[in-house]
Amino acid sequence: MSTETIENTKQGVEVAKPTEPLLSKKRKQLLTNPLDEDNPITIQVLGICSALAVTVALKPTFVMAIAVTAVLVLANVVISALRKTIPNRIRIIVQLVVVASLVAIVDQVLKAYSYDIWKELSVFIGLIITNCIVMGRLEAFALGNKPWDAFLDGLGNSFGYAWIILAIAFFRELFGSGKLFGYQVMPDSYIGNGVMMSPAGACLLLGLIIWVVRSKSGYVED
Amino acid sequence: MSKLNKNDNKYIITYAVIMTLVFGSVLALVALALKPKQDAEVLLEKQNFILKAALGEETVSSMSDLEITALYNETVKTVVVKSDGEKSEISEASVNVFKEYKKPKDIRELPVYQVYDINDANKIIAYVFPVYGKGLWDFIWGYVAVESDLATIGGLVLDHKGETPGLGARITEQGVQNRFIGKKIFNEAGELDPPHFQKGEGNSYEGAHQVDGLSGATITAVGVNNMLDDYLAMYKSFINAQK
Repeated sequence: MSTETIENTKQGVEVAKPTEPLLSKKRKQLLTNPLDEDNPITIQVLGICSALAVTVALKPTFVMAIAVTAVLVLANVVISALRKTIPNRIRIIVQLVVVASLVAIVDQVLKAYSYDIWKELSVFIGLIITNCIVMGRLEAFALGNKPWDAFLDGLGNSFGYAWIILAIAFFRELFGSGKLFGYQVMPDSYIGNGVMMSPAGACLLLGLIIWVVRSKSGYVED
Repeated sequence: MSKLNKNDNKYIITYAVIMTLVFGSVLALVALALKPKQDAEVLLEKQNFILKAALGEETVSSMSDLEITALYNETVKTVVVKSDGEKSEISEASVNVFKEYKKPKDIRELPVYQVYDINDANKIIAYVFPVYGKGLWDFIWGYVAVESDLATIGGLVLDHKGETPGLGARITEQGVQNRFIGKKIFNEAGELDPPHFQKGEGNSYEGAHQVDGLSGATITAVGVNNMLDDYLAMYKSFINAQK
């Protein structure tokens, strides 16, 4: 093995020993930390663009969450599997090719099987490529860890992303149009709150969520 | 493999080439495999739009995809005409409205969707005309249904590629499209005078040719007006011949 491997120099988090159980404590943390303590949105403030843009209603948000999960998990696994072969000098390009291909596949699958939502989301599906969470996890984790760990890390981070955007979409759809998943829940006399329908409403809500999460965890920016 | 120097140019170039080939072929395969399903979705959307324009949103939105296709096949008959009203030899399936849009007006192939009553195979309830035009950022298009009196708009469905969300993109909202229902395409002198979005929003118009406008989306609204003018002018000979 060449001495150039990134794994030891990069982060020093090569956790897996041959005997380590599939879901050891460390590995569970890979899955659970991004949900709160190390949440990509509330703590690292990544992936904000799509969190503001696609959260008008729960249904497209749900599809977006699934799309990001698929891209992030698969990209993490692929990059992690290739990590010992990737030349360091072109690693960003390799990551981009993998992510862009996965996004293109997700885009095509959505177009074929969920045409309405594809039309609604189309631009933002393409923008998953530039979602900082994806590239961030590839650089920080997948390049230095085994595929199974990368899989868990991808899953954890996408769930961390998903619950935040779903929470925002829940409030935006409820107060903005009086509906949940397209079904009327507010009385008919309810007049939708226009701010909630605009990205500005999402920004307000996201700010509130970040405030609550950070004051609970006591996280302070350096 | 472990003997290879990963910083060697040869290794890097070979790696890049192989990677490109592998991912390129995977993408091509996926696109090829999903193409038929995607085409079916596009066709279904067209049928959905045509029936929506002719029968109203309430009727169509409760139907399943299969029901829409079945109803479309049963009640919609198509003809393709030229702008002089003469029937064209070409079948509707081979006409792409977007490609026709780029040709000069007098040689365009213009499909007409005649929607028949489900209970009476001889009674036409609406003529649906596809329309195409430019919005603010990109193309807009739609289907306008004219009732059997060949003068009253029975329904309008609009769609767009990239209008601004919350502003121009509102042309896809049902409430906006419903503003055209019941408006007239000919004035009292019998000249073509399609309904237009007016300046400002929140006004109600009694006139048969005026429609409450779109605040903040002037250019998209003008695009819709122009699109209706252009295409109804091209269909005018066909419409007059049906009377």
